[in-house]
Order: sequence, then C-alpha cells, then structure tokens
Amino acid sequence: MTEKQSLADWYDQKYGKMPNASLFEQLGGTAAVDAAVDIFYRKVLNDDRINRFFEGVDMEKQAAKQKAFLTMAFGGPHNYTGQDMRKGHAHLVKQGLNDSHFDAVVENLGGTLKELGVADNLIAQVAAIAESTRDDVLDR
Amino acid sequence: MTTISYGKQSFELGEGQSVLECLTKQGVPVPYSCRSGVCQTCMMQATAGIPPASSQIGLKESLRLRNYFLACLCHPTEDLEAAMPDDMHVSVRAIVHKLELLNDEIMLVELECLTPVDYRAGQFINLVHDSAHVRSYSIASVPNLDKHIQLHVRRLPQGRVSGWIHEDLALGHTVEIRGPTGDCFYIPGKPDQPMLLIGTGSGLAPLYGILRDALDQAHAGPIRLYHGSREQHGLYLIDELRELESRYPNFSYFPCLSDVHVPAGFIAGRVNEAALRDNPNLKGWQVFLCGHPEMVKATRKKTFLAGASMQDIHADAFNVSHL
Repeated sequence: MTEKQSLADWYDQKYGKMPNASLFEQLGGTAAVDAAVDIFYRKVLNDDRINRFFEGVDMEKQAAKQKAFLTMAFGGPHNYTGQDMRKGHAHLVKQGLNDSHFDAVVENLGGTLKELGVADNLIAQVAAIAESTRDDVLDR
Repeated sequence: MTTISYGKQSFELGEGQSVLECLTKQGVPVPYSCRSGVCQTCMMQATAGIPPASSQIGLKESLRLRNYFLACLCHPTEDLEAAMPDDMHVSVRAIVHKLELLNDEIMLVELECLTPVDYRAGQFINLVHDSAHVRSYSIASVPNLDKHIQLHVRRLPQGRVSGWIHEDLALGHTVEIRGPTGDCFYIPGKPDQPMLLIGTGSGLAPLYGILRDALDQAHAGPIRLYHGSREQHGLYLIDELRELESRYPNFSYFPCLSDVHVPAGFIAGRVNEAALRDNPNLKGWQVFLCGHPEMVKATRKKTFLAGASMQDIHADAFNVSHL
C-alpha cells in the first residue's frame, strides 16, 4: 500500500468516505435514483395522507417527474427553478396541499433512503434539499 | 412568431401549440391517434427547417436524419415546412395473405411483406388506409415461428380503417405498413422470471405473440395469461391457448368473463381483478398489459403497488381514435 492510499483510508475512516465527492456521487448517482424511484413512488401511492393528489395521473409521466425530483433532492444535475415548482404544484395547492402533505413526502423520501441503507448524515442532507423547495411547492 | 407551412399554405403556430394541433385545426388531414409520441401515426417530414430533437424521440436514425418528426410532439422555435411522409422512406408494401374471423368482431390479418421487416412479437405496425387514416395494430406473430406478420383487427363501430379491413380488404390486395415500433415485447435473459400477461379483447394479439416468443425461447419461469371479455364469444384462440397450456407445464391460461352468466371452465369477474387476486405479490415479476386503455391504466398502478418494478411493467394501450 502506498503512503498516499493509506492517507486516504485514514481520512475516510476519520471523516467519512470520500470527502470531496458530491452528495449525488456519495449516494450513488443515477443508479441510486433508479433504485429509489420505485420504492419512493410506491410509498407515496400507498400513503393515504397524500395519495389522493396522485389519483388519475399518468403513471409513466409521473415516474419521470419523480425521477427528476429525486435527482434534484440527491444533489444531482437538474434544471428546476422555484417558478417550475410553483407552476407544477399550483393545481394541488388549490386542492388543499399544505405543510402536512409536504412533511409526508419528505418522510417517505427518508424512509426510501433508509430502506436502501443510506447513512443518516446523507439522508439529512437530502431532506435539507427537499426542505428548501417547501415555500415554492406550497406557493408562499 | 413561428410559421408552419404545409403545401402552399402557411399558418402561425399558437402559443404552446404543437404542429399537429396547428395543422389539424386548420383542416389539414394529418393522421393521428395517441397524441403523445407513442403511435407514430402523425409522423411528418420537415422539407425546410430543422425539427426539434424532442419531436424525433423513438424514430429510426435514418428517419431522424431525413428530418422526420412526430407532429404531436413538435413545438418548433424556428419556421418549418412540413410534408406528409414519403412512402419510399417510411413504408413497406405487403400482400394480404390470409383473412380469417377469430370471433364475431376480430379478424386475423396475415401480411406477406415484400421487403423483409425486422420486428419482435408484441411491437406494433401502422397500417395505412390512405394518407389521412393510419392505424396502429399490435403484432401477434413471432418472427421465428411464423412466416408472415399477423394482426388481430377488431371491428370498431364506424371505424374507418377497421371497417375497410373487415369489409373491403381481400386476399392478394397490396397494403402499406410502417414500423414496427413499440417496446412491449419479450426480453430474453431472465428465463426464470415469472411473467403475468393481462389483456382484454384484441389486446390478446401482442400477448399471444409475447407468450409464444417466450415459450419458443425456452422461458422456464411461470407464464400466466389472463384474457378477459364480457361474454364467451368475445374471447378467441381459446383452443390454441389450451393446447399450449397442456404442452408447456409452466404456462397457464385463465379466460375471464365479466358477465353474470359464466359457463364452466371460465373465471368469473374482471380480468385484472382475477389476475391480482390470484397473484397478490408481484415482486420480481414481468408484467404485460394490453387492451382497454382504462384497464391498462388502472392495472399498471395496481401491479406496481403489488410489487412489480416500474421498468418491468410493459403496456400497449392504444387510444381508440374517433376520426
């Protein structure tokens, strides 16, 4: 083992794996999104607190949106703007979408990552990114 | 403002309007069906201007390079001159080789292609009646087992193309087909994966192809086919499917009837409900759904919630066109 590698190992052990990797890389990139989308969407559709907002939507189109959302929440490349978030959820806000529903989605997101064995500190970072969209989603 | 030219006329594209919406609103008879980029019946060619890449999704490379595009997905930012597809590029001629009623309303149409067509059972082709009327039909034949392409065409009330097929088409006639396209087909490589096939009416066509393709490729996992209709005469290929069932121990056939009176040997109830009742845990399953769009939509969700992975659920819901 070279000195360089052992130093990296030491760093990983002391401060957690790959300090320079982005959140998205640490989570596993697009493969992680692919793994998460099934679990996350199934949780959302099974959650009676929020599944009425998904009644009658086209599942394939919705799955693509879920993927884009997860990519963003995982710190990956995206081109969401606050304005998109407002526009995309305006009809749901009219139907009564509020903080409790937003909380439920964040909870499902955390549950998904937990199921995939993601470390708590990374889950917290994902939750923080999701949290940053709250006011736009709820149009405030 | 973006301008769309067709023939000698020019039209201004409205805000958020697709080329298809713009042209059909102006009375240009562009054929269309799904309006969501799947069926490819609204394919056109840009003879001037470059169509956006997003309107070429799913098209063959050779067609993309010739600036073909799907009018329903086309929201150009520059002016386009659009034309109907050139038959030479997109169509294959085929001879009607066999016509046979499979039940009261479904006709088996066998087509002998004049140039070889590379397809997979379960994909679909577009059959051209005339430049304004093109319809998608799923392929029931298997390249490895059948000499010709087979379609199951249900006669729709006032159906222009299905009426033509049922009444006017005769053996030896030449027709034009486009395609094939679609990604609802058997994927080899996971021979032990259980497969659930659910279809209504002529939605059996792609499932029959997928089933025979899977069996021919020695699929070893269980394959369960649920075919539903209201009454017994709405089902077809019953004997053929029972024969396959007795020949292949891993294949089971469940004919379902939603009518009140159900004769012996058939399952009472709706096909999707029966399939989910018998198979409540679909984790790791491959699911194929074909037929009535509402059934497909509802069952897609139910099979997903029953554990099937999104990428393992394949569907071929044709929107019935009312042109």
